[in-house]
Amino acid sequence: MDTKQLVNRRQFLGVTAVAGGGILLSTYLEPLGAAEALAPKAIDFAPNAYIRITPDGVVTIIAKNPEVGQGVKTMLPMLIAEELDVDWKNVRVEQGDLDTDKYQAQTAGGSTATPINWLPMRRVGAAGRAMLVMAAAQTWSVPESECETSLGTVTHRGSGRKLTYGELTAKAATLTAPALENIPLKDPKNFKIIGQRVPGVDNHSIVTGKPLFGIDVTLPGMLYATFVKSPVFGAQVASANLDDILKEPGVRRAFTVQGGSDLMGLLGGVAIVADTWWAAVSARKKLNVKWADHPTSAQSSASFEQQSLALSKQAPQRSLRKDGDVDAALKAPGVKVVSAAYYYPFISHSPLEPQNATAHFKDGKLEIWVPSQLPANGRALVSKTLGIPEKDITIHLTRMGGGFGRRLYNDYMVEAAWIAKEIGVPVKLLWMREDDVQHDFYRPAGWHYLTGAVDAQGKLLAWRNHFVSFGEGERFAPSAALGAGEFPARFIPNLAIDASVMPLGVPTGALRAPGSNGIAFATQTFIDELALAAGKDPAQFRLDLLSNAPIVDPPPASGQQPILFDGQRMRGVVELVVEKSGWGKTQLPKGTGMGIAFHFSHRGYFAEVVQATVSKAGILKVDKVWVAGDVGSQIINPSNAENQVHGAVLDGMAEALSQEITIEGGRTTQTNFNNFRLLRMRQAPPIEVHWKLSDIAPTGIGEPALPPLPPALCGAIFAATGKRIRSLPISKHDLKWT
Amino acid sequence: MKVSFELNGKATSVDVVPDTPLLWVLRDVLDMKGTKYGCGVSQCGACTVHVGGVATRSCQVKASDAQGAKITTIEGLSPNGVHAVQRAWEELDVPQCGYCQAGQIMSAVALLAKTPKPTDADIDAAMDRNICRCATYTRIRQAIHRAAALTAADGSPPGRAGSPAGLR
Repeated sequence: MDTKQLVNRRQFLGVTAVAGGGILLSTYLEPLGAAEALAPKAIDFAPNAYIRITPDGVVTIIAKNPEVGQGVKTMLPMLIAEELDVDWKNVRVEQGDLDTDKYQAQTAGGSTATPINWLPMRRVGAAGRAMLVMAAAQTWSVPESECETSLGTVTHRGSGRKLTYGELTAKAATLTAPALENIPLKDPKNFKIIGQRVPGVDNHSIVTGKPLFGIDVTLPGMLYATFVKSPVFGAQVASANLDDILKEPGVRRAFTVQGGSDLMGLLGGVAIVADTWWAAVSARKKLNVKWADHPTSAQSSASFEQQSLALSKQAPQRSLRKDGDVDAALKAPGVKVVSAAYYYPFISHSPLEPQNATAHFKDGKLEIWVPSQLPANGRALVSKTLGIPEKDITIHLTRMGGGFGRRLYNDYMVEAAWIAKEIGVPVKLLWMREDDVQHDFYRPAGWHYLTGAVDAQGKLLAWRNHFVSFGEGERFAPSAALGAGEFPARFIPNLAIDASVMPLGVPTGALRAPGSNGIAFATQTFIDELALAAGKDPAQFRLDLLSNAPIVDPPPASGQQPILFDGQRMRGVVELVVEKSGWGKTQLPKGTGMGIAFHFSHRGYFAEVVQATVSKAGILKVDKVWVAGDVGSQIINPSNAENQVHGAVLDGMAEALSQEITIEGGRTTQTNFNNFRLLRMRQAPPIEVHWKLSDIAPTGIGEPALPPLPPALCGAIFAATGKRIRSLPISKHDLKWT
Repeated sequence: MKVSFELNGKATSVDVVPDTPLLWVLRDVLDMKGTKYGCGVSQCGACTVHVGGVATRSCQVKASDAQGAKITTIEGLSPNGVHAVQRAWEELDVPQCGYCQAGQIMSAVALLAKTPKPTDADIDAAMDRNICRCATYTRIRQAIHRAAALTAADGSPPGRAGSPAGLR
């Protein structure tokens, strides 16, 4: 990535005195814009944060971004506190409400919080520190250069005089803020908070069961709602026995909602509002809805598979990238050609906290409490759907019980808002688990029809991918695209990336490491197949490939360079994971094998080795996972970073092992965790995490450790059994061996 | 109907529809939000409480069946959250999103009450009915071992809710 693009944005610092004599600092940043061309458009990269120090020395830092379990509510305040030079023990962290005028972007997605905020948040802290030093120097009539700070106190070196930050707030609030661009930052070797294992700021509340999450919100006089949508996505209510439902105990209202046709907006359904949620869902069992016919009611996983196969046999609809001459390379004398078809299914996000939102509509204004990764998008959706100006919508951000991309979409927010407007009293909409499994924005299925060729020396000469996905014309369905620059592009002289799409009537969206979570499986497992054809060790074959001088692409028409894959950084993590795992040096019994894979996503470089054992009866056990990651020069919070890597690795494992959403008759066949399986503790192997520090500013950690896991696991299964896994989930394969 | 039980050491009565799950009695009638709803079908364990000291999925207990029961929830595990298991969870920075952790902690406390020094296999078996979607399993396992050590160091009976166990 180009760190200059992050550094050079113009920054402004605003200072205001606040009640109680404190000072308040905030940044205003221009949007990151072009550098983020690869990120979803919905995410606006314009960060902001603020500090409040009160005369009692307590430092309050607002965590502006929504907390979804990625640790951002702890991490962003750490950056500020470090440069402010305060004792972390005196820092109180508060979650900011949605206020994009004050905080700019408030988003959770794309592993972006670290790269976007690394310098700006530190500068905010440093500017605060500079003003406190200035205030002390003026008080003592000494040069600022004779003053130093530590743990929230300014000291005059010559005289030994001291003033705490709390004692300096009134004076500091009268000073002019320094320009952020020139503010000196700490030498990383002097960090006291950054680099420490800082526990999550909400941990104590979590382990004592305090109300933190959206589902925990309670308002006086609040009613409870359930909302029943058509299992065929987007079908409208034709008729419903609402009169019967209204007679059920505790039911206050039951009404039909006429939704639109946009699967990301408000869809049609029946709302049941009752005194308790249990009363609402009990009444729901008696609900009888006739759904209107819908054009997608015949779509099915089987029909998608048939269409994909048919498309794979036709000329691709379009070319995404073409280097050299693949056809000629495949026919070159002495080459070995390998062809294989890879497939991964739809899967659900299934965050553990079911979708919910609490809303109150009064006097033309809406107030909403919601767990949302993109709350500003939700506000816009509510405004547009209900015809309420955004300024009349107040949104409070709650902690989220997981998201994984599901809460980038705000369907539950607009449903709650609609119901609240209809009934005029506070209401909490809570989905049943079944609603969540059946109405997700699923990770789209994908097919990769791959052909590759290695020459007599075992060098990878040619690569073709006919990617079959969903969409219309030149547009891919949400999160169903393959980037033209995706590895191994630029590292193979003859390469063609082609694509064909079929229409889809199933909502799809970003799941943790979107795109990458499927693409890495297909790409890296096929690299294993080519390594085998080349007669090379899978790790060495990868290192050789990464050592090729990459093709330098002409600048894109937009003039904005995408974030480019750096083969040297990836080599670094591959070499590190090879070393740490004992790859190629460990004698393993038959039935046990190691697999290796790497992937670059969200600016992060990750290589992983999986050791797995398959019994003769075909029972798979993952023995251990080694991870090597390069996310820049500094691991900001090693405790959280390791936790995120553990989670991403096990998430990838769960997806690969057993997760699949199937569509039949236009609807999702799975309903709950009994048929959409999440990982359990006994399946979780030991995981070793190793960092390779590089000279790049720190980047995000929520996602990039996930994609290498499925292919590394499949490589281990091949090494153990000789069985090549070309479709997920693994649970559908017979792994028995003799 | 009126249902009476002992909740976190206090006599408690509620007037609810008899088939209301204990989970919703706790959350929506008694406004105790620590016990979580995840699946409603005894798959995820987010709603785990102790009924008579046994880790129980409160989504599967009808209010009418709670009559006379001794119930402990995450809120009643210890004063100020100083139970050894809670301390270990904080010490090892277990949570990611945190949503499942109350249920995990309740299952861990029940395990340690029966098995003060559990092996990894004991832990895997006892925790099998609690899903962590963020997959903090590695740390949960470590934290249970740590809680066992803290309890042993405290020199008091392991992990019994409401007992001095785990108090600093």
